[in-house]
Amino acid sequence: MSTAIKKTQKLIEEVLESYPEKTRKERSKHLAANDPTGECGSSCHVKSNVKSRPGVMTIRGCAYAGSKGVVWGPVKDVVHISHGPVGCGQYSWWSRRNYYNGITGIDSFGTMHITSDFQEKDIVFGGDKKLEQLCREIKELFPLAKGITIQSECPIGLIGDDIESVARKMTKELGIPVIPVRCEGFRGVSQSLGHHIANDSIRDHVLGKGEMEKSTPYDVNLIGDYNIGGDAWASRKILEEMGLRVIAQWSGDATLNELSIANKARLNLIHCYRSMNYICRYMEEAYGIPWVEYNFFGPTKIYESIRKIASYFDDYIKEKAEKMIAKYKPMMDRVIEEYRPRLEGKTVMLYVGGLRPRHVIGAYEDLGMEVIATGYEFGHNDDYKRTYPELKEGALIYDDATPYELEEFTKRMKPDLVGSGIKEKYAYHKMGVPFRQMHSWDYSGPYHGFDGFPVFARDMDMTVNNPTWNLIRRRKI
Amino acid sequence: MRQIAIYGKGGIGKSTTTQNTVAALAEAGYKCMIVGCDPKADATRLILHKKAQATVMDMARERGTVEDLELDEVLLEGFKGIRCAESGGPEPGVGCAGRGVITAINFLEENGAYEEDIDFVFYDVLGDVVCGGFAMPIREGKAKEIYIVTSGEMMAMYAANNIARGILKYAQSGGVRLGGLICNSRKVDREYELISELAKRLNTQMIHFIPRDNQVQRAELRRMTVIEYSPEHPLADEYRALAKKIAENTNLVIPTPLTMDELEQLLMDFGIMESEEIPA
Repeated sequence: MSTAIKKTQKLIEEVLESYPEKTRKERSKHLAANDPTGECGSSCHVKSNVKSRPGVMTIRGCAYAGSKGVVWGPVKDVVHISHGPVGCGQYSWWSRRNYYNGITGIDSFGTMHITSDFQEKDIVFGGDKKLEQLCREIKELFPLAKGITIQSECPIGLIGDDIESVARKMTKELGIPVIPVRCEGFRGVSQSLGHHIANDSIRDHVLGKGEMEKSTPYDVNLIGDYNIGGDAWASRKILEEMGLRVIAQWSGDATLNELSIANKARLNLIHCYRSMNYICRYMEEAYGIPWVEYNFFGPTKIYESIRKIASYFDDYIKEKAEKMIAKYKPMMDRVIEEYRPRLEGKTVMLYVGGLRPRHVIGAYEDLGMEVIATGYEFGHNDDYKRTYPELKEGALIYDDATPYELEEFTKRMKPDLVGSGIKEKYAYHKMGVPFRQMHSWDYSGPYHGFDGFPVFARDMDMTVNNPTWNLIRRRKI
Repeated sequence: MRQIAIYGKGGIGKSTTTQNTVAALAEAGYKCMIVGCDPKADATRLILHKKAQATVMDMARERGTVEDLELDEVLLEGFKGIRCAESGGPEPGVGCAGRGVITAINFLEENGAYEEDIDFVFYDVLGDVVCGGFAMPIREGKAKEIYIVTSGEMMAMYAANNIARGILKYAQSGGVRLGGLICNSRKVDREYELISELAKRLNTQMIHFIPRDNQVQRAELRRMTVIEYSPEHPLADEYRALAKKIAENTNLVIPTPLTMDELEQLLMDFGIMESEEIPA
């Protein structure tokens, strides 16, 4: 075993020392030193997708968050009902910055918050009648809405409301699809099950139901891009410039119609594997559509991905792909030229969600930075398997990390930059450690594609090299 | 004020027994209240001489929220000044009746239904303790005393034992105690001995054995308790006796529920008659 791995294992042991024995034993399975070769065996693998330990202050979400917040929420021409008491909808209201084109309240509803606002009497007598009424009101208020989804909050499952029969009845009565989604928050161990449930509801109620006038050999779906800060638009530009036709975006800036015709594509391109591999696997089985993972963060991965995608098509596409790379490379090189000297050798610690703990590693490397620690809130084994080869030997990997662990690892590893979410942000500000929100891009973006990389490089530079950090009185760590 | 909850298998005669007992207590001069904790809302019919009084949850549904209700809209007086309230709840198959019980009892408490001059509050609770809502009357220091209505029939005894398990849970956390079993006779063979033995095994007593008598049905048809309809009838005296025993009862215990095997053995010992054991 290499010294780098041993060093990290010792670090993990030190940090775990403060835990009571049971917690230490359980948490130790979620922490590992990276071994890209796989020779180290299971001691260099982390356990994942299991119930969080009480008391560790996990930052995971719930199934409702996975369905309403991630998968369904960005579908813009559909009204999503947060079905249950008001809080779930209120506190997940427009928190993901899924940009869209359209006129809000007329043909698009992304930034709106619609809830059945359960009261005591709805719990006792059931909420099905209220739900019907709500669907009718939505149809009347928003005649251009193309559909309605019912995003179940916990009480719906507890009191056994029959939202499926309401959905059937309303679909018939209103003439638009009304889709029940059983994403009650208590289901599963994190938001991850909510992604799966939402994928399944699209499969059952939407996919394959639409008509597409004309197919081309270059039709693809852009899957697992939620258009945060305009990411999907930047990605779509690349695909279109290489000659492909994107027939559906899943689900950033998406319409219901796009999702319904997605089964006509020749190839599924998947960015966020975690949240949408389910629908890709289904389309592969049911329609024989192959799928390929790609990564549009940072030029190295972008070029690689463009070539990988092009390899599924004819020479026409391959040529266009090469031409495009040649066209953008000088621009990307200029970005690297400008920022790399300012960021070279800086270290990064990440703790994020679906794809970013591994997908952004290449972009940092393009800027001369090294990701020394990373982990997923709700990843599964297959996510970690894809992560090990991306990191250097001895890099630290954590699953469902606790604030205590993150803080201790930060103190000991002294990264120059930490990338995580809103819940971590202010703790790091107080610690005086340069921090970027890597869920929402800290209100910046896009970070995807050729459009995104200059923004990414600029943001990392202005964070790492910001003189403000030196003005924060740091405790001796 | 003594708060008493009556549990038992569905259809065993909880509501009839409760109302007759309360009528006897009222007749003896005690001030009583009945809180019906069943969506069917039939726990006060014999006292009020009418069914389907305005229940707390029905009124709440009509008004929008429970906060919009006044106490006197849902708390009515019947025979001998007995106060009656019904929690009400949803139609079968929808919503959450348990939550309705919680909401209704909270409303009654917050709005002063439990006046200090009341001697007895009786909770008449739906069949089995199916969820936390139906345990509401014995939670948070409300009813401290429980009586289980049963008969010598197997399923009624199963239910009684199951309820004892629920009481055991709340006895440890909340101080609720079992006051005894009330045997509402179905004329099962050796019923008196069987229920006495079950009570003993549960660490409690069979507080009273009510013989089967059609006078109950005659009174019920006239929407009255036996006490009111035929005060001279022997059955009225049985209810008076039960009421007196409850009023004087100091034998309040933590139950010792039986395992399924023990319960089945008990039924074997008492339930199988010699004649049945002779092969045909």
